[in-house]
Amino acid sequence: MTVMYEEALQKYEPVFGLETHVELGTRTKMFCGCTTVFGAEPNTQVCPVCLGLPGSLPVVNRLAIEYAIKIGLALNCSIASWCRFARKNYFYPDMPKDFQISQYDEPLCSEGYLDVLIGGGCVRVGIERVHLEEDTGKSLHVGGATGRIQGAEYSLVDYNRAGIPLVEIVTKPVEGTGYLAPEVAKAYVTELRDVLRSLDVSDVRMEEGSMRCDVNTSLSVVGSGVWGTRTETKNVNSLRSVERAVHSEIERQAFVLDAGDRVIQETRHFHEDTGTTTSGRSKEEAQDYRYFPEPDLVPVAPSPDWVKEIGASLPELPSARRSRLRSAWSLSELEFEALRNAGALDVVEATVALGASPADARKWWLGELARKANDAGVEVSSLPITPESVARVAALVSAGTLNDRLARQVIDGVLEGEGTPDEVVEKRGLAVVSDDSALLSAIDSALADNPDVAEKVRSGKVAAAGVIVGAVMKATRGKADAARVRELILERLS
Amino acid sequence: MNELITKTATELAAAVADGEVSAAEVTAAHLARIEAIDGQVKAFLHIASDAVRQAQEIDRKRAAGERLGRLAGVPVAVKDLFATVGMPTTCGSRILEGWHPPYESTITSRLRDAGAILIGKTNMDEFAMGSSTENSAYGPSHNPWDLSLVPGGSSGGSAAAVAAYEAPLSLGTDTGGSIRQPAAVCGIVGAKPTYGGSSRYGVVAFASSLDTPGPFGRNVLDAALLHEVMSGHDPMDSTSIDAPVPPVVEAARHGDVSGMRIGVVTDLSGDGYQPGVLSRFAETVELLESLGAKVTEVSCPHFKYALPAYYLIAPSEASSNLARFDGMRYGLRAGTGSAEEVMAQTRAEGFGAEVKRRIMLGAYALSSGYYDAYYGKAQQVRTLIIRDFEAAFEQVDVLVSPVTPTTAFPIGERADDPMAMYLADLCTIPSDLAGNAAISVPCGLAPENGLPVGLHVMAPSMADDRMYRVGAAVEAALQSRWGHPLLAEAKGLAS
Repeated sequence: MTVMYEEALQKYEPVFGLETHVELGTRTKMFCGCTTVFGAEPNTQVCPVCLGLPGSLPVVNRLAIEYAIKIGLALNCSIASWCRFARKNYFYPDMPKDFQISQYDEPLCSEGYLDVLIGGGCVRVGIERVHLEEDTGKSLHVGGATGRIQGAEYSLVDYNRAGIPLVEIVTKPVEGTGYLAPEVAKAYVTELRDVLRSLDVSDVRMEEGSMRCDVNTSLSVVGSGVWGTRTETKNVNSLRSVERAVHSEIERQAFVLDAGDRVIQETRHFHEDTGTTTSGRSKEEAQDYRYFPEPDLVPVAPSPDWVKEIGASLPELPSARRSRLRSAWSLSELEFEALRNAGALDVVEATVALGASPADARKWWLGELARKANDAGVEVSSLPITPESVARVAALVSAGTLNDRLARQVIDGVLEGEGTPDEVVEKRGLAVVSDDSALLSAIDSALADNPDVAEKVRSGKVAAAGVIVGAVMKATRGKADAARVRELILERLS
Repeated sequence: MNELITKTATELAAAVADGEVSAAEVTAAHLARIEAIDGQVKAFLHIASDAVRQAQEIDRKRAAGERLGRLAGVPVAVKDLFATVGMPTTCGSRILEGWHPPYESTITSRLRDAGAILIGKTNMDEFAMGSSTENSAYGPSHNPWDLSLVPGGSSGGSAAAVAAYEAPLSLGTDTGGSIRQPAAVCGIVGAKPTYGGSSRYGVVAFASSLDTPGPFGRNVLDAALLHEVMSGHDPMDSTSIDAPVPPVVEAARHGDVSGMRIGVVTDLSGDGYQPGVLSRFAETVELLESLGAKVTEVSCPHFKYALPAYYLIAPSEASSNLARFDGMRYGLRAGTGSAEEVMAQTRAEGFGAEVKRRIMLGAYALSSGYYDAYYGKAQQVRTLIIRDFEAAFEQVDVLVSPVTPTTAFPIGERADDPMAMYLADLCTIPSDLAGNAAISVPCGLAPENGLPVGLHVMAPSMADDRMYRVGAAVEAALQSRWGHPLLAEAKGLAS
């Protein structure tokens, strides 16, 4: 690849779109009563309906409809007053009926948008549609190099996943984001994930496949206004991969176009290890899914009252929550972004709710704890410390019982499982020395060791007192309250 | 003939309930009849090995003073596309040979609850596609009136079993006429309930928007009895109607048509209809008039498009419904190599010619670029046919026509001529497309060949009781004229 990203962006304007599949967190499947627990023994959560046995019939899970409407409303969509399911016909061993019940030209939700914050600005991503469908089973291809069906010795199919309700959320093409396109794509998926999480309709775990993205990318020559041929990159399964997939397709397509070739309309596979895509099946011999209205189901006709009721029950959405918190905590857009990008919003909010000042809560979670999380390669929120503990540490610092250095040791103790902050203080003997007489004797001895410094201070160079403070802190092994030590030194020498 | 097998279902249920006869005796008599003659009729694909045990259980219940169901001790033959636990379900196809469903259809489950003895599974055109049972992978069934003739289809095995006294009742399904046409050519009663009135759960699908399970009986009251027991809302079938079952038994007991407005569909007559069919039909209409009905002629101008519309809609749905038979999970698996090769080979070997023809027709009609011209247009025609019915039912209470243009035809005559075969369903298809109720009731023998002719009575959706009222009136009047049931004249079987 010789075309560099920046170079590509001078000639081409990227256009991208995302299709996101989200497994709904209903207790039972889309069209039958089977449970949907992740990771159960293969083929133990199945029945005649989700196995597609001859004669079986689907019955719509009303809760799945409700969840989809929730999602539609949260994404500012209009909700169809009448729509139908459709059959998408194609043969594949993990599809029990060799057709998937989906929606075609009558989606449940359509024409919405989601605002995405990026670099302090806002991009409005149009939502084309949100529709409901059933998931397929899962194939395990054994033998062969690629783990794909081609070249495998044999395949095993687990139908536990077959029939789990999925929503597919399709954006309109996003254009005009220029070199930010990969970041906007990632920010959109992040925001979507947060919205879905706040709605409590899915556990949105990309690593477990409960949220999966397909990324469409194309380039148009700057100023031409004509979109190029798009590719569809399948199964991009982490936030970072979304960004990398768009980035890599922009580079690749620019390279193809610069070489005078044409971009082929095809499905591409994203590889986590290299961050690049490779060609899958060509879409030019487009598969004909022979969609037609599902005759085994009656139309879905959510009443306006029901939709209104669902709308009224929507929780506070992430964007509203963010403006509320940002103003409550008096943070700039960028400071707030940093907090959110660190995944610390929930823990900071909880810490503040437990009495810490927003500044303190932010300081601990974004400072010491973010460093530790980074070292451990985990999210800050998954560290073994609770907002309760952090709030308590902050309280101990404000009360003067701990200084920052001691507080860090307390946090270490909590992370190492030594108990609550108070227990760690107790066990490690970390409280600051607040006994003035003990401090004064340490000060006197430090002054005696540094007569020249004492003289400087006396003569008005107050800054020089720092040397004495340092010596006292050393003598007390950091357990002194530095501010109090400074006061006492100045009193002594005045 | 053992007299138990000539009794009606209504009589048998009463006799068992009163202890005049045991369910085991009734069952044994029918099993003996099957043993004696099914080698000729070939109505059955499978005989329930536990039939006697089912009957003994009924007898035990009776002895213990437990409440007996409405069909307690009455044998019922079941078309081989109802999923039944303990009996295979093949749909007349190689592709499902030996498949034992792990679950029970709603309807057979209701019949078991009502005390019926599920005596066996009956032959049918493969996946219910056909009008003669000649498309069965297991060979044709034979018409008890003349063993060289077809018993109609696709529920031909069920019709033949009842006409041959192998069972007093049987279950069929009607997608384009698959209950009414075999009932007509076998000289018995067969009804297609309102679509959604009888559950499809556990009934292997041919065309989902059309498939309607229904009853066969040797008289109107028996058909009504089975109709009532099998019907009613089923939460497992989304298209099932959540409303009370129309009072069909009550209607069958009161065959009174005085003051009833009856419309003769002028569009279902004329060229292509056998003269004897038309003459018997005309006489029956006169009979109805003499019984006090007000008869008028009604035109349903779009009925002439019903057959082509049906042959787009039904195959389209079938092409999708039958996709699941791919050798991956159950039934036949043929070939080696990739999954795709196994799927292709399984389907090539497992499906018969007619099934393949319809899958191809349907896949074509649904394909992109052709959808609007074929499937889309057919759905528009369907709407027009529904409107024809609506307009007609504003003027009259029921509509009547012949059931099928001809009497039973010889085995082999139309086997290689699909178009000729399709015409057998000319009169029955409109009600399938519209989803309303219709019944076939014997109305005499065609003079030219002495074979049975059926009267077709069509009623509005969820007014199934009306057609039973008309059927019962015709049956009573004709039987009193003949002095015996029509079936007594069937001479195909030695005894």
